[in-house]
Amino acid sequence: MDFFLYSKVGQMLLAVIALLAVVAVLLGGARLADRYAGRSRTFWVGAAFAGPAFLLLGVGLVYPAIRTTVMSFMDRRSEEFVGLANYQWVFSDPASLQAFINTFWWVILVPLVSTAVGLVYAILVDGSRFEKVAKSLLFMPMAISFVGAGIIWKFVYEYRGAAQEQIGLLNAVIVGLGFEPVRFLQDSPLNTFFLIVVMIWIQAGFAMVLLSAAIKAIPGDIVEAARLDGVNPWQMFSRITLPSVRPTLVVVLTTIIIATLKIFDIPRTMTGARFDTQVLANSMYDQSFTFGNNGIGSALAVMIFVLVIPVVVFNVRQMIRNREVRGA
Amino acid sequence: MLKHKRTRVLLAGTAGLALVLGACGGADDLGGGGGGGSDTGTGATGGETDCSAFEEYGTFDGETVTIFSSIREVEADQLQDTFEAFTECTGITVEHNGSGEFEQQVVVQAEGGNAPDLAIFPQPGLLQRMVADGHLVPASEAVEANADEGWSEDWKAYGTVDGEFYAAPLMSSVKSFVWYSPSAFEENGYEVPETWDELMTLTEQISTDHGSETVKPWCQGIESGGATGWPATDWIEDLVLRSAGAEAYDQWVTGELAFNSPEIAEAVDMAGAILKNDDYTNGGIGDSRSIATTSFNDGGLPILEGNCFMHRQASFYEAQWPEGTDVSPDGDVFAFYLPGVTADEAPLLVAGEFVGAFNDEEATQAVQAFMSSGEWANTRVEIGGVVSANRAVDPEAASSDVLRLAIELLQDENAVARFDGSDLMPSEVGAGSFWTGMVEWINGSDTQGVLDTIEQSWP
Repeated sequence: MDFFLYSKVGQMLLAVIALLAVVAVLLGGARLADRYAGRSRTFWVGAAFAGPAFLLLGVGLVYPAIRTTVMSFMDRRSEEFVGLANYQWVFSDPASLQAFINTFWWVILVPLVSTAVGLVYAILVDGSRFEKVAKSLLFMPMAISFVGAGIIWKFVYEYRGAAQEQIGLLNAVIVGLGFEPVRFLQDSPLNTFFLIVVMIWIQAGFAMVLLSAAIKAIPGDIVEAARLDGVNPWQMFSRITLPSVRPTLVVVLTTIIIATLKIFDIPRTMTGARFDTQVLANSMYDQSFTFGNNGIGSALAVMIFVLVIPVVVFNVRQMIRNREVRGA
Repeated sequence: MLKHKRTRVLLAGTAGLALVLGACGGADDLGGGGGGGSDTGTGATGGETDCSAFEEYGTFDGETVTIFSSIREVEADQLQDTFEAFTECTGITVEHNGSGEFEQQVVVQAEGGNAPDLAIFPQPGLLQRMVADGHLVPASEAVEANADEGWSEDWKAYGTVDGEFYAAPLMSSVKSFVWYSPSAFEENGYEVPETWDELMTLTEQISTDHGSETVKPWCQGIESGGATGWPATDWIEDLVLRSAGAEAYDQWVTGELAFNSPEIAEAVDMAGAILKNDDYTNGGIGDSRSIATTSFNDGGLPILEGNCFMHRQASFYEAQWPEGTDVSPDGDVFAFYLPGVTADEAPLLVAGEFVGAFNDEEATQAVQAFMSSGEWANTRVEIGGVVSANRAVDPEAASSDVLRLAIELLQDENAVARFDGSDLMPSEVGAGSFWTGMVEWINGSDTQGVLDTIEQSWP
């Protein structure tokens, strides 16, 4: 038994065996359900296939969501109910309000700018000789983790006094042109926007790749017909390309919005969320784990959850609509 | 054919999931972190080991005890090395794992039912929180006996919660150090100051002699990722201890003395006379505000280039000097004791770590007892890089002159030693508003406004 519990290979083997057992039970269950005749057969087969998924969703998603919501109405140790006190703090504390304002800018700017950059870039390089190289260049930042990107950009933004030798790339250029060095990360409120640039740098590649694929999927006859009708480039973009890639555009936008609402790593590595660059997710982590205040931490988690719901609803409705259009 | 394909897909999925599951070992799976050199019973150590010193801990059959801490890299390997003989004689394998996010992750692990056996807490405040949440078990009698023997009552008290003793101190550090360049001081005929006034006179003197856009008397950095601000809180603590005294300090860290009271404001302004004066700081980096964005690791390095003369930082800053730097009383860099208001007073700001247990299994208790012993403290100090306030430690065993000085200060009976206040305060303040407040203060906010905000955040 020790072999299975205490050695890496053993643990892995155990996991494989356990998984095979689970799969066997599920398939056996499905076969059993299949034997039922009549109306109850549909139910049992459905239960056999969807049941495990529902169970896992319940344990991993629904239960924690309910528990977090309950905890958000309780005190720091989750022992007594305190009503709306945590939400009152979330909406009145100046540092917390700052987190809302900053998160607002993140959620507005990152999806819009990175999607716009991605779309324009995808259209510009489409069909050009350097398309592959150009696309890889923009896509590469996607391969870097948020923490890694944060550290890289921290060096780019590094500040030294005017009399010192600049070690940050941007300030070296600025001083080289004869201007005063800039405290990119320290001067509020602009520092939040310099952090946002990092996220755009990462996400633009993602938008570009998906949109480029969508552009390539526009049927050639539509494009040709438009050309024969004598469209100018702007009409081509606004009447043909944009409507054709609209479903992809929505997916890209909503995906980036959801990712941005949860932004945590970039402010944490680059400014430690100091100098008024706090965001909701980092505030939630600090409250729950650094300060041990489960109540306020949960309240912030619920806030992020509430803010993300409309985006998800919109996303799902859009997906259903697309399916109707395609007649599936 | 179709059936064949389905089997293959199933197998691939199974293997993938197994990999994921295998990687989710959590706290029981601590091999990854700072292993290194823990292969016991083989190689050089396989020879004769005198096991008589370890008899009291008993012998075990292949037990493993996991330790979680904030200690990483070289120091993690050094920590692991202290268990070599212990493992060989008792049969207990000690698996240590260090994380830069220890303070948060230990809470996550404990609440997730995935706690390690032992954890090394750098903050008594966090230790108290873990006790209050019911995660830690009281220390065994053997641990308490060791603590009584090796440590002063003050130190033992930091590991005690509501009269129950939970955790013995492990290592210590001296925070009241000013790093300087003995060679530069000699060249200019500067003397190491012995009172606060002398320190300020020297600062003015250096500023007059050398002050320029690039050269300043002091250099400092307080950037430290999610913990940005802590070196500035050390300044304030050192000065509260000096200007207001130990009694006021104790009241301050427990919240009896308000954060925005005149005593604290006076101490903050004393620090501000140096930290917020563009003529005095930040040598080699920029103006006073640049302290906030300078990494604490880099804060003292301008001393080596002659752009800065003094840097206040704990004894562990020794590790930050580049390889080849001569750290000695007449070398490139050394440290002097941050003076008190008068030459007779010797207030000392210290910090340390405490070993708490998450269960009372015999193997866990044996390791905890070993780590609280004078034997362990001596072994660890001899390996180098750290000091301990354990009475059993011989200052001569220290690996460098600075550490020897630190041990002497720690063992000085006349010294009024106080633990780093931000580690004792509730974490909303000690790891929250005090840190952020000090960053705002350096960034230009006024003293009283910042202190009022911190006082308000006290839970």
